[in-house]
Amino acid sequence: MQKKIGYYPGCSLEGSAREYNESVQTLAKAFDVTLEQVPDWNCCGATAAHNLNKVLSFALPARILANAEKAGMENILVPCAACYNRLSMVQHELGKNESLRNEVNAIIEADLKCNLKILNIIQFIQMFISDFVGDKQQLLFNKKVACYYGCLLVRPNDVLGFDRAEDPQMMDEVMKSLGADTIDWPFKTECCGAGLSVSRTDIVGNLSGRIVKEAADRGAEAIIVACPMCHSNLDMRRPAIEKAIGEKIDIPVIYISQAIDMALGKTQKETGINRHFVPVNIELKKKEAEPQVVIEKTEEK
Amino acid sequence: MARIGVFICHCGENISATVDCEKVAKVASEFPGVAVSVDYKYMCSDPGQNLVKEAIIEHKLTGVVVSACSPRMHEPTFRNACAEAGLNPFLCEMANIREHCSWVHEKGDATTQKAIDIVRTLVEKVKRNEALAPIYVPISKTAVVIGGGVAGIQAALDIADAGHKVVMVEREPSIGGHMSQLSETFPTLDCSQCILTPRMVDVARHPNITLYTYAEIESVDGSIGNFNVKIRLKSKSLDEKVCTGCGACIQKCPVKKIPSEFEQGLGMRTAIYVPFPQAVPNKPVIDRKNCTYYIKGKCKVCEIVCPTKAIRFDQEDSFVEVQAGALLLATGFDVLKTSAFPEYGYGKYKDVIDGLQFERLASASGPTKGEIRRPSDGQIPKKIVFIACAGSRDPAKGREYCSKICCMYTAKHAMLYKHKVHEGTPYIFYMDIRATGKMYEEFVRRAIEEDEVKYIRGRVSQVYEKNGKLIVRGVDTLLMGQPVEIEADMVVLATAGIANQGSEELAQKLHVSYDKHKFFSEAHPKLKPVETNTAGIFLAGACQSTKDIPETVAAASGAAAKVVGLFSNDMLKRDPLIAIVKKSPPPVYSSCTGCFMCIQVCPYQAIDKEEIKDRNGNIIKTISHINPGLCQGCGTCVAFCKSKSIDILGYNHDQVYAEVSALLNE
Amino acid sequence: MSAHSENSSLSAKLHQATEVKSAKCYQCGKCSAGCPLSTEMEYPPSVIMRMLQTEDLKNDRKILKSQTIWVCVSCEMCLSRCPMEIDIPKVMDFMRQKSIAEGLSNPKSKNIIRFHKAFLDSIKYTGRLHEISLVADYKMRSMHLTQDVMMVPKMLSRGKLPILPEIIKDKKKVSGFFKKSEHTNF
Ligand SMILES: Cc1cc2nc3c(=O)[nH]c(=O)nc-3n(C[C@H](O)[C@H](O)[C@H](O)COP(=O)(O)OP(=O)(O)OC[C@H]3O[C@@H](n4cnc5c(N)ncnc54)[C@H](O)[C@@H]3O)c2cc1C
Ligand code: SF4
Ligand code: SF4
Ligand code: SF4
Ligand code: SF4
Repeated sequence: MQKKIGYYPGCSLEGSAREYNESVQTLAKAFDVTLEQVPDWNCCGATAAHNLNKVLSFALPARILANAEKAGMENILVPCAACYNRLSMVQHELGKNESLRNEVNAIIEADLKCNLKILNIIQFIQMFISDFVGDKQQLLFNKKVACYYGCLLVRPNDVLGFDRAEDPQMMDEVMKSLGADTIDWPFKTECCGAGLSVSRTDIVGNLSGRIVKEAADRGAEAIIVACPMCHSNLDMRRPAIEKAIGEKIDIPVIYISQAIDMALGKTQKETGINRHFVPVNIELKKKEAEPQVVIEKTEEK
Repeated sequence: MARIGVFICHCGENISATVDCEKVAKVASEFPGVAVSVDYKYMCSDPGQNLVKEAIIEHKLTGVVVSACSPRMHEPTFRNACAEAGLNPFLCEMANIREHCSWVHEKGDATTQKAIDIVRTLVEKVKRNEALAPIYVPISKTAVVIGGGVAGIQAALDIADAGHKVVMVEREPSIGGHMSQLSETFPTLDCSQCILTPRMVDVARHPNITLYTYAEIESVDGSIGNFNVKIRLKSKSLDEKVCTGCGACIQKCPVKKIPSEFEQGLGMRTAIYVPFPQAVPNKPVIDRKNCTYYIKGKCKVCEIVCPTKAIRFDQEDSFVEVQAGALLLATGFDVLKTSAFPEYGYGKYKDVIDGLQFERLASASGPTKGEIRRPSDGQIPKKIVFIACAGSRDPAKGREYCSKICCMYTAKHAMLYKHKVHEGTPYIFYMDIRATGKMYEEFVRRAIEEDEVKYIRGRVSQVYEKNGKLIVRGVDTLLMGQPVEIEADMVVLATAGIANQGSEELAQKLHVSYDKHKFFSEAHPKLKPVETNTAGIFLAGACQSTKDIPETVAAASGAAAKVVGLFSNDMLKRDPLIAIVKKSPPPVYSSCTGCFMCIQVCPYQAIDKEEIKDRNGNIIKTISHINPGLCQGCGTCVAFCKSKSIDILGYNHDQVYAEVSALLNE
Repeated sequence: MSAHSENSSLSAKLHQATEVKSAKCYQCGKCSAGCPLSTEMEYPPSVIMRMLQTEDLKNDRKILKSQTIWVCVSCEMCLSRCPMEIDIPKVMDFMRQKSIAEGLSNPKSKNIIRFHKAFLDSIKYTGRLHEISLVADYKMRSMHLTQDVMMVPKMLSRGKLPILPEIIKDKKKVSGFFKKSEHTNF
């Protein structure tokens, strides 16, 4: 069956998080999902807009939503957690506040319905991928991993409706299904330093340092993420991290989409892991043929 | 000719601030049939009541309308005043221009007009009132006390000592409630069991008290003076009369790993068990959910070892019915579990416990024999962090109210810990210290100054486990929000006190009101603290809101006094606001057609059939008859009677039509 | 609702613009305890709330001049744990915009502000963010010319920095938002 979904990659997936885009595309292709880009999309404004300019912080995401609506999309996949957060928040606020919606409509010259289903990468995986991995999986992700969710994917919980605010499990479940052993750790939703990457690298070193160290201390062999900002802070900022914690730690940081691609046996080029700063030296085990399972029918008493 | 007196009250400024009372009085004086109309600042005061009495005599009034507050509080006041002046009390009505008018509207002409309209309706009604006489019903002088915690125990003993019968219904296999789980009690640090167990034994031995444990209320009907209470005795799988309480069965029961409710999951019990050694009654019950025999059909070890053959596997639940004059609710409270706290680990860390669990650790009869040892590995903790207000004062994820007891028991816990583990350090994260009882502040000061408990003002943001320690991330708000991180060995959450399980269901069975947190509501927060809105049902202790023991016991004795007061009369005087089947002269006798619809709909089974016979004893007609002792005046039958043959005294068709028409054609 | 006059307190203005009521805060400090950046702030979030409660002009100015409001990364940890559900991230957004509008922004936080500005400018001209231009622009503004230089070749070699910006078709419309935002407020 051919499946189709709207797609908003966002700016970083066209640049520094290119491999995330590549891995999502690979994943979609492997499962026959067509990703249809939101026509003529613009930047969501990210942190900068809502820090400096409330009007822009609504108008920029609203135009994206309007373009998607106009193209007749129902679902859109937004792999970047930051974009996902902005788009979801704006849709939520405009959905419940009519006068604000009217004001924004006037600025962007559109008529928003605010009824899109905005999916983050994990929801996308649950809806389109998880149930169909089965035989496609060639390699077992036989590693101990730390699933790191970050802030933007889960908060505010009442709007984004993530499974468990303090100790989410959705990503852990995906990884477990690939054969991974996920660690139970307390920093799943701690902040990595987010948008301070360039302007206050020192802070990012401290915050991301705590996260990487905690994962390493608990024996994780890889950190699994779902956000380009988390990725760039934990991966590209590894020198700042190592400086902050005074220790060398070489565990790689892998997007959840890359992890699935890897288990499907995709090449480095297809997964994009060759683009990481911290090399992904992970050998996955060949998946053994599943023993024939005989389903016994037990009578209900 | 009607001669009605109208008395408009200002209620201080409660009414006069928004309603022009003088104008209301003036307009009312012109209503047809009104003989006198005056306003006054406090009508319920002595001079106010005198105004009414004098007017009755002077103007030979045939009816009185007091236009003031809700009839709930002062209708009896004014009816008594009327009676003193020689007017039948049922010829006095209240027009509520406070709750229904002044409190809910802004000042203005429309508000005054509404007050006038309300007065007009009551004037029209009272013109049609008839003199009525109260009815008297006998009182069953037995009280049913529901819940056998310290509240129930105190109340039961007080009532029984006053010479009345008490039936106590306790859900668990033993009475005692939470107090029996406590180690030592603030502010005196006396041993909880030492002061409670003798009282528990008194309950069991008292000739006036019948104790049903492992029992629950099945249904309640009737009303004050004459409740009919049906009690379900859950099967204990045991013949209590034969069992000697030797405990052989408990020793031999192979199912030994059931988390004990009494030990808050820190200890284990068997499938046949008594909750704790001092239990009253000290006889076991079989927990059928966990018993191998009930699950798999095999075992019966207890039956084999029982020397007196007391085990009854086929015993079924049974029921007893009790006629009671009063009910007393004392079903207590519960505490939030640690699993309610995402940021403290969703209950997954073994060494993050709640206050009741700490009580069991500190108790000499507890799973560690009173040594403070942490649940995970039995080590003695060197640092304990106590977190106050866990789930209290927390509208976001817990309860918005202050649980009131946790400040004190947390101070006590820290103190007990320090007394038992001298080299240990207790920390308490708190927001405010609420220590307002007698000797309470002194108790807290002692904890801080003598026992060196470290109080840190701030809430804890997160607790997580690392290398066998619990990392507590808090803050010191008295140091400009400085972060505080403590590596603790154990964390005790003073979790919010909450309404007990099943309280909502029970409240609905008894028709008593409860608040949004499912605690039972008192009839008046200040003046009727141990009464419910349902006459004859009283409440005491933590089922009303979390309370400490002194407060619980005071409330219990208060409620008991109310019951004893009620029982000091043989007959109960009741307002005659009940339904009657209208009669008429022969040959019709009554418009009742004998469809007996009313019998089916009456929720109180107050209606039966009456045969009208001629002189020779031949039945002429069968009509409905309403038993005045049982009728509650709910009016359901009135609504169902197609031939309009039933009226509620004091609210008959005429009166109600007059009220409505007065509003329509002003 | 009546508009607040210019000299009403910051707390009142906050309430009007965001419906956040500073009086709701009972100073438990849970926000500061969980804030990952509180050690970088001269006034952790609970202290900001307390300062607002005083409705003292001196404190209001201190808030607008603080580093706190700029190092806050809007991670929402505070809101997710606040027992009174006070939307501190919204408070911080409001304070940042107010701080810029009143020209009070903290000198030590200039770089953070420069970065945000560079970011927005990048969008203004192309509709999308172009990271090389952003970083170059930021470096010009911050004069941190050598910072992160080591990263650039590495990023280029990994294809993480496309040299040419993507430009959206309707960039006029997007830059129009910027103009409108100058004289709109909500
Ligand atoms: C950790 C902790 C420490 C404390 N320390 C102290 C202290 O040191 N000093 C102090 O003064 N106070 C202390 N308290 C408070 C004390 O426990 C209460 O004041 C007291 O237990 C209230 O008594 P109660 O009878 O109202 O309720 P409970 O003790 O809760 O008893 C209620 C009884 O009713 C029964 N019941 C419930 N529902 C039903 C039903 N539907 N039908 C029949 N029976 C039912 C229950 O099984 C129970 O036996 C502490 C409380 C806690 C949580
Ligand atoms: S029958 Fe049940 S209660 Fe009796 S010994 Fe066996 S398991 Fe225990
Ligand atoms: S009694 Fe103390 S600890 Fe308990 S909720 Fe009230 S203030 Fe908090
Ligand atoms: S957590 Fe909320 S209530 Fe507590 S100090 Fe912070 S803002 Fe105030
Ligand atoms: S949103 Fe800002 S103030 Fe709140 S916890 Fe995050 S960094 Fe701290």
